[in-house]
Amino acid sequence: MLGFLIQRILQAVVVMLAISALVFVGVFAVGNPIDVLISPDVTQQIRLDTIARYGFDQPLWKQYLAFLDRLVRADFGRSFVFNMPVLDLILSRLPATLELTLAAVLGATLLGVPLGMYAGYKPDSLVSKAIMGLSILGFSVPTFWIGLILILVFAVNLGWLPAGGRGATVPILGVEWSFLTAEGLKHLLLPALTLSLFRLALMIRLARAGMREAILSDYVKFARAQGLSEGKVIGGHVLKNISIPIVTVFGLEFGATLAFAVVTETIFSWPGLGKLIIDSIQSLDRPVMVAYLMLVAFLFIMINFLVDIAYAALDPRLRTGRA
Amino acid sequence: MTDRSTPLGRFWSEFRENRIALVALWVVVVISALAVLAPLYAPQDPYDIGKLVLTDARRPPGHVGVGGYTYWLGTDAQGRDLLSAILYGLRISVQIGIAAGAIAFAVGGTMGAVAAFLGGRTEILIMRFVDMQLSFPAILLALVLSAVLGQGKWQLIAALVAAQYAYFARTAHGAASAERAKEYIEAALSTPLSSRAVVFRHLLPNCMPPLIVVATVQVANSIALEATLSFLGLGLPVTEPSLGMLIANGFQYMLSGRYWISIYPGVALIVLILAINLVGDQIRDQLNPRLKR
Amino acid sequence: MSAPVPKSPVLEVRGLKTHFFTRGGVVKAVDGVDFSVARGRVLGLVGESGSGKTVTGLSLIGLIDPPGRVVEGSVRLGGQELIGLAPDALRRVRGRRIAMIFQDPMMTLNPVLKVGTQLSMALRAHEAVSADAVRRRSTAALGRVGLPSPEACLDAYPHQLSGGMRQRVAIAIAMLHRPDVIVADEPTTALDVSIQGQILHEMQSLAAETGVALVWITHDLAVVSSLAHDIAVMYAGRIVEYGAADEVLSAPRHPYTRGLLESVPGEAAPGSELLQIPGSIPALVDLPPGCAFRARCRRADGSCETMPEIVADGAGRTLRCHHPLEAA
Repeated sequence: MLGFLIQRILQAVVVMLAISALVFVGVFAVGNPIDVLISPDVTQQIRLDTIARYGFDQPLWKQYLAFLDRLVRADFGRSFVFNMPVLDLILSRLPATLELTLAAVLGATLLGVPLGMYAGYKPDSLVSKAIMGLSILGFSVPTFWIGLILILVFAVNLGWLPAGGRGATVPILGVEWSFLTAEGLKHLLLPALTLSLFRLALMIRLARAGMREAILSDYVKFARAQGLSEGKVIGGHVLKNISIPIVTVFGLEFGATLAFAVVTETIFSWPGLGKLIIDSIQSLDRPVMVAYLMLVAFLFIMINFLVDIAYAALDPRLRTGRA
Repeated sequence: MTDRSTPLGRFWSEFRENRIALVALWVVVVISALAVLAPLYAPQDPYDIGKLVLTDARRPPGHVGVGGYTYWLGTDAQGRDLLSAILYGLRISVQIGIAAGAIAFAVGGTMGAVAAFLGGRTEILIMRFVDMQLSFPAILLALVLSAVLGQGKWQLIAALVAAQYAYFARTAHGAASAERAKEYIEAALSTPLSSRAVVFRHLLPNCMPPLIVVATVQVANSIALEATLSFLGLGLPVTEPSLGMLIANGFQYMLSGRYWISIYPGVALIVLILAINLVGDQIRDQLNPRLKR
Repeated sequence: MSAPVPKSPVLEVRGLKTHFFTRGGVVKAVDGVDFSVARGRVLGLVGESGSGKTVTGLSLIGLIDPPGRVVEGSVRLGGQELIGLAPDALRRVRGRRIAMIFQDPMMTLNPVLKVGTQLSMALRAHEAVSADAVRRRSTAALGRVGLPSPEACLDAYPHQLSGGMRQRVAIAIAMLHRPDVIVADEPTTALDVSIQGQILHEMQSLAAETGVALVWITHDLAVVSSLAHDIAVMYAGRIVEYGAADEVLSAPRHPYTRGLLESVPGEAAPGSELLQIPGSIPALVDLPPGCAFRARCRRADGSCETMPEIVADGAGRTLRCHHPLEAA
């Protein structure tokens, strides 16, 4: 197990390096950063000084090393727009995004897995066809459109729920959370629903495919031959088997959902990372873009890592294979 | 019409048995034709700012405009006829979806097949890169790239291709690795055919079925992604309103009850994506041997 | 209809028909099957793939999935009719009074659950048992089927056991509730020949000790000859010859049974040419009337275009053939 861990950590470091290089090239080297930093009508001397101060006169590889050096010291620079350290800015926005993402992915899984299992158990029933219709709709309707419709119906026409913002928050361990107040929950509901519909569709498909495969398997036949009730066959046998792909996708989707929150947060003015990155892209606030990308990459690698461990914990065949 | 003796004929006759998929296929064909031919019959050219009548802005569906023309789906904030704008928007969606899908197909499919064919370090290098990219959300990549590359149709297509080619590469690699192990490839290699001929004439054609499934899904995804980027103001220039941009522009008016500016372009977008996905689903089910009874 | 079993049977099957209603037509996988088994006896149900023997086995324990269903007939277990029983009542019979084991031990045990968990679930399906008792009885059950270290086995996952050990676990699960009947669907086919022998031997002694009746489904006549008391030979959904094992094997009367025996390598003299039955089993959709074997039969003539009835020959054997071979 230890060897496996070390191997995975080394892999993660290599991937982080590769991503840092891509981000560096993508965000720094394309276009001229100096034009964003200073106004075009300053004197040539100030211009040269600024270039020297940021190290833009250095060769590219030296700039990259300097960039890496700052990354390692968690120095992401200051935001041009907010004029505060990028790290503080991001950390202040992170909880809102995590909360939204977690609510969406958790909701989608808790609802989607039972629905998908039912659709796989009775594939020809009318209810199953309705579930699959819902799933294909969830795949086809773009996230931003769902958000608009939900706002139109629940905020504009019915007036039941707020159209944007985060509502009241309660601090726990110095971090503000919405889900602990009734008002916060009301604010959370629509964005979480918007964000979850695609994941719901995915979970339904995954659970359905797993169920259909399991239901034809010999171990289910043998379990039935033992006189186990259908509830036990499904809950005791099938659920454990299909939980392996579901946990994997849950983890991977958590990362993807974090990224997709960009759209949802923009629509609902949810004060999270996604809204921050869109604003930063529009105002070309590069330090924020870089920090955001590196953070998302880091989160992704962490998630992949955790998923692998969860996978090994769930699937005994892998565990002994690697130990 | 149906010749059950060829594989394609059998495929088609099985496809026809699913009525929903058949209807969806017709919807895709009709929308694509309407979209591509839009300039020939659309009542208004929504890109020609000079022809827009500002006094006709934000009129509800059915409103008869200054020129005596009826706006069947209403007008947007600039006085564009929404019906025309939607048709032109669909045209952009279809163009971008197909262009991005086709280029990603060519690039990714070739990369995957070549990796599987060459094996060794090249394979590991290519596939590691692809896997790394796959673990990263496509939307973020497209977002950053379109921000870096700037607005414009080709910039957008490049961003979409970069975000999506990896799916084709992974699929092609999987299929080609399985094919590579089969004897006919060995047989082809023992003939004087060049490696390139073996890859393109033997290996790739046999990887087509799964790639076609990925292609339908990715064309639908490209269209949705383009709309999303345009909605966020990162896709196409304002002078060429795509469906996503129409929806974004209508958003602010929706809260005051002028629903049509956002709703109708959205409906057109969803019908197109839904139809493509339904067709893709049926193709996937038909190609999946495990679902066969 | 004389059953060659002297004692009163614990399992009695009469006129069993299981059909599959597919898009391509009705597949008559089992089309009128009769047999019976007494306590402690072993019936070998023999046939090629596609003869309907597995479907017969699944019909006995009520595990036919749609589009298939038992359309006619009777399965009586210790006097109780199982066909038409409510699903939950049938579930209570399954595993407790009639159990089944399957061909591939790699597939029949759930790969992600420990052996102990699977035994415990099987036990608790029919009895409320304390955790202690579960452990004790599971260990005993594993010991009974000849597993060397039952305690360790409980904490193992199936993939950590060999094929033979896995099949022993499956047998232990089937034996947990001391059922009256076990239906065994080719449980040794996927195993090495040496393991196969051990398992056959153990099943034989278990049957003798506990009085469980075995329905042993197989295509392998060698297996049957060493194990079964009686043999029923199936062809295209019907039993074509049925009698005491040693008699049927030494003097087959149905041309199909003889063909099967002649194609077994061990039965022919060394160096002599192996014979084979020409052709293959017909598709069971829209089977033409008459004897299903006639296209492959050397003795067939015009009379075989009507289906022969199954008749007793008076010497403890039943046959379905217009032109049977001479009795020995």
